[in-house]
Amino acid sequence: MFDEMRGSEGAVRPAYAELSHWLAEIPPDVLDFRRREAEHFFRRIGITFAVYGDAEAQERLIPFDVIPRILAASEWETLRRGLEQRVKAINAYIKDVYNRREILRAGVVPEDLVFQNPVFRPEMNGQKVPHDIYVHVAGIDIIRVDADNFYVLEDNARTPSGVSYMLENREIMLRLFPELFSRYRVAPVENYPDELLATLKSIAPPTASGEPTVVLLTPGVYNSAYYEHSFLADKLGVELVEGRDLVVKNDIVYMRTTEGLTRVDVIYRRIDDDFLDPLVFRPDSALGVPGLMSAYQAGQVTLANAVGTGIADDKAVYSYMPEIVKFYLGEEPLLKNVPTWRCREPEHLAYVLDHIEELVVKEVHGSGGYGMLIGPKADKVAITAFRAKLKSDPKNFIGQPTLALSTCPTCVEEGIAPRHVDLRPFVLAGRDQIRIVPGGLTRVALKKGSLVVNSSQGGGTKDTWVLDG
Amino acid sequence: MLSRTADNLYWLARYVERAEYLARILETTYRLTALPIAYVGSTNEWESAVATAGCASAFFATYPEANEETVTEFLAFSPNNPSSIRNCIETARLNARSVRTALTIEMWDTINSAWLELKKWGNGPRSREEFARFLRWVQEASLRFDGSAYRTMLRNDAYWFSRLGLFIERADNTARILDVKYHLLLPADERVGGPLDYFQWASILRSVSALTSYHWVYRENVKPWLVADLLMLKDEMPRSLASCYENLVQNLDRIAGRYGRQGNAQRQARAVRARLQNSRIEAIFQTGLHEFIGDFVDDNNALGTAIAQQYLM
Repeated sequence: MFDEMRGSEGAVRPAYAELSHWLAEIPPDVLDFRRREAEHFFRRIGITFAVYGDAEAQERLIPFDVIPRILAASEWETLRRGLEQRVKAINAYIKDVYNRREILRAGVVPEDLVFQNPVFRPEMNGQKVPHDIYVHVAGIDIIRVDADNFYVLEDNARTPSGVSYMLENREIMLRLFPELFSRYRVAPVENYPDELLATLKSIAPPTASGEPTVVLLTPGVYNSAYYEHSFLADKLGVELVEGRDLVVKNDIVYMRTTEGLTRVDVIYRRIDDDFLDPLVFRPDSALGVPGLMSAYQAGQVTLANAVGTGIADDKAVYSYMPEIVKFYLGEEPLLKNVPTWRCREPEHLAYVLDHIEELVVKEVHGSGGYGMLIGPKADKVAITAFRAKLKSDPKNFIGQPTLALSTCPTCVEEGIAPRHVDLRPFVLAGRDQIRIVPGGLTRVALKKGSLVVNSSQGGGTKDTWVLDG
Repeated sequence: MLSRTADNLYWLARYVERAEYLARILETTYRLTALPIAYVGSTNEWESAVATAGCASAFFATYPEANEETVTEFLAFSPNNPSSIRNCIETARLNARSVRTALTIEMWDTINSAWLELKKWGNGPRSREEFARFLRWVQEASLRFDGSAYRTMLRNDAYWFSRLGLFIERADNTARILDVKYHLLLPADERVGGPLDYFQWASILRSVSALTSYHWVYRENVKPWLVADLLMLKDEMPRSLASCYENLVQNLDRIAGRYGRQGNAQRQARAVRARLQNSRIEAIFQTGLHEFIGDFVDDNNALGTAIAQQYLM
């Protein structure tokens, strides 16, 4: 078991030295008081999220832990280079799949994995997108198992969320613990909105005016990530629009304003492909904009992320990522993948069925910690049930070893104790460059021993500090 | 700005103003009903409160009788009355949430805190003292909201649209009080005044927080036609119809100036203001107070529609 503060042997690691002193000095009641202050602050500014199917708690807070998670400059540098490489490869892969399909012809990725994937969008075949960039905002989930090894757990190439927590967590930490910051040199994250805006402007369609109009498209106030959408729109200084605010005429997208119709050039959409345009995708979608796809295909508006990026981030494709990196970049992947058994392959399925008690088994299209089985934590009944599910539809599942996620000191009921964490850094890909602010969202499983960090299942968040040199 | 954003800002301001108005009506009704019957007559003040709130038909569809319990419940807490104080605050907050980006931190904080606080009141207070505190709290929340908007918002179209909502609602509220109480405001020579009416007139003034202002403006004891004059034609009185229209014209002109375009809304607002400016209270009493107010309410609604058509959709 690797703890980010105490390593495997119990000696405090250098990056955590000051924090460890500080934790020893600060009286528990002061820490507790600050903790309650933080919660009060979050509730006041309204950072809440909705949990589906939980009518009682329509607006819940994601618990925030006041003890920061710290990464040394060298650790971050390794991650940063690996993330950049990975996102380049993802973009090259999506371009290839919707155009020349070399990777399929070379037999590196099986065809049916692409063509039978429900998130494959035939509408995108041969479609040109500005500067060949499909994924402009990626959230890459990273876990750590020891001092040297980081693994990618999941790529999020559609509409990754959580960046508002990265920014607000830092704000609140700066407010609550200025003296702790004075002991460290923490790289800032507050320039993320500027970097995002620069990225979005850089991908405007060629027909846009010199100063392109960017908007953020949200499903609306009832969406679980609505807070984040409004927060980002505010920080970007762009309009937060819903589908009903947009109208398409002659393949040009406009928004309805108090002064009439205004042309829109770039849409940072936080709404799934399925709901974008009722004329092309789900006809019952009231969230989308009729005619949007036609405008997009005519190259009159850029969608970020592009349509059809889901083919790069489901859990079955994930297992091919090391090959994908090598295929397009000719480089060894800098970030490791968690070893993955694809149940679509008979010998892999047999292995997973045999070792289910020690594996994590996930649905290929699942997310949010739903539809998965953690072998070592599951009882006999759950395992039997899952085994049946697995046999009836093996294609839909992958198996992975139960990795010992690293832990971080965390404030819990019994005091300060280690809890498992992961990390979601946000990678921005624009015309000119790839931008990554140093940090990300650290999620922490607050239940003792739990490995599930998802906010919908009782996970919390921490501020993530990347040390500057 | 987005039409929907303007629409949300407009309605946000309207709902906050309406919540405050309902709190004032309830407060003055409590005062009136606490007086011995000889001072206020035997009219059912609770019924008149429901009428002033403009929801008599909805009320009597649910309750057989207007009394303290039923009216308090309906106007303050009922989830079934779309215009109850609770629903006003809930709807205001929902509108605020939809336009987070157009609000300042202070405005959001005020409306969100009010909404969180509202939950603490549960299904209503358990005593009159608690209820009195609740009504004070609603008025203070509205003051804080209005004040934070005034102090922190950029003076641009977002601000002007929120002001439009505020003044349309306020004009409607003042007109409705006059409409329900007009029979009390008939001039003294047509009706025998007495202590009975004094308390009613005072309560009208109180419901628009103008009792003190009245004395400053007229330096006279409370006379019904002067009460009407103050509430309708005196533009120095912030809740008067004249003052509301002064503000509506001003804010609409600013919008037109910024957008470089005028429309129906501007013309309609100016026409109503001109009518108020050219009227004298004696003449209004001669042609009929009730008719004048009825026309005003219609015109005010027409302005609301004109604003919506021109900007909000």
